[in-house]
Amino acid sequence: MKFSITVTLKKDVLDPQGKVVQNTLNNIGFNLKSIRQGKYFEVVVDEKDQKKAEKKVDEMCKKLLVNLIIEDYKINKL
Amino acid sequence: MKSSVIVFPGSNCDRDIAVALEKMQFKNQMVWHKETRLPKSDLIVLPGGFSYGDYLRSGAIAGKSLIIDEVIRAANDGCLVLGICNGFQILTETGLLKGTLLRNKNLKFINKNVRIKVMNNETKFSNKYKKDEVLKINIAHNEGNFFTDDNHLKELKENNLISFKYCDEKGNVDDQSNPNGSLENIAGIYNLKKNILGMMPHPERMVDKLISNTDGVNLFSSLLN
Repeated sequence: MKFSITVTLKKDVLDPQGKVVQNTLNNIGFNLKSIRQGKYFEVVVDEKDQKKAEKKVDEMCKKLLVNLIIEDYKINKL
Repeated sequence: MKSSVIVFPGSNCDRDIAVALEKMQFKNQMVWHKETRLPKSDLIVLPGGFSYGDYLRSGAIAGKSLIIDEVIRAANDGCLVLGICNGFQILTETGLLKGTLLRNKNLKFINKNVRIKVMNNETKFSNKYKKDEVLKINIAHNEGNFFTDDNHLKELKENNLISFKYCDEKGNVDDQSNPNGSLENIAGIYNLKKNILGMMPHPERMVDKLISNTDGVNLFSSLLN
């Protein structure tokens, strides 16, 4: 079973990389209000039951993939 | 005093800290991260460097390595633990210290000598320093921008757990003397029991007049005191 995980910095956490990207996009003519940079993972879990698989993916986010102090995450089934 | 320096793939200040510890008469051992048993130690050091190439997040992979369970157990039993630079990042990833280290505000790797102020001189790590003493010390990091939530910041202040703050030569703590954007200029913190210190600056680089200065010596002599 395949899932995607999107990890983004929490709203209040400074995202200096995103800021630089935003400035550059503005400079080349895209006027945007805001941009936030994040991370994307695709995981394939050896599990048939979707509930169990989702639980596993959630656990791996909490244990390693995400730093819960500064990051939020979203899991989607692919 | 017996010390153990944990070595990860990508650690690059492990030899420096070993030299500093031996110079200060510690009986030091190097411990590879794949070991599952820790030699009897009074002090465990997580050294600086780029463990696992900073993959995922700085310190994240090292924070899940085999030896870390032993380090956590020893730390919870009261063993002294010092995390320098990448070691500080690893400590936050293991949860032994709260908070985290973000990318430097200016997005640049910073390698320079800065000034830090001793905020608490009543710990095992700092008793040889004077309170508010200003040290000249090297920093070399890309992710040193300390950040934490309001509750933890309150806890740090109420319990005097901030070990060092970035400052200028006169000891002023302000935005100008903050090299990396750290919350309230914080350069290092203790846990509640004050047996764990995480700091971004490198005291092990400041133990020899010939190559730098000796502002780091008192950290090690405090431990021996």
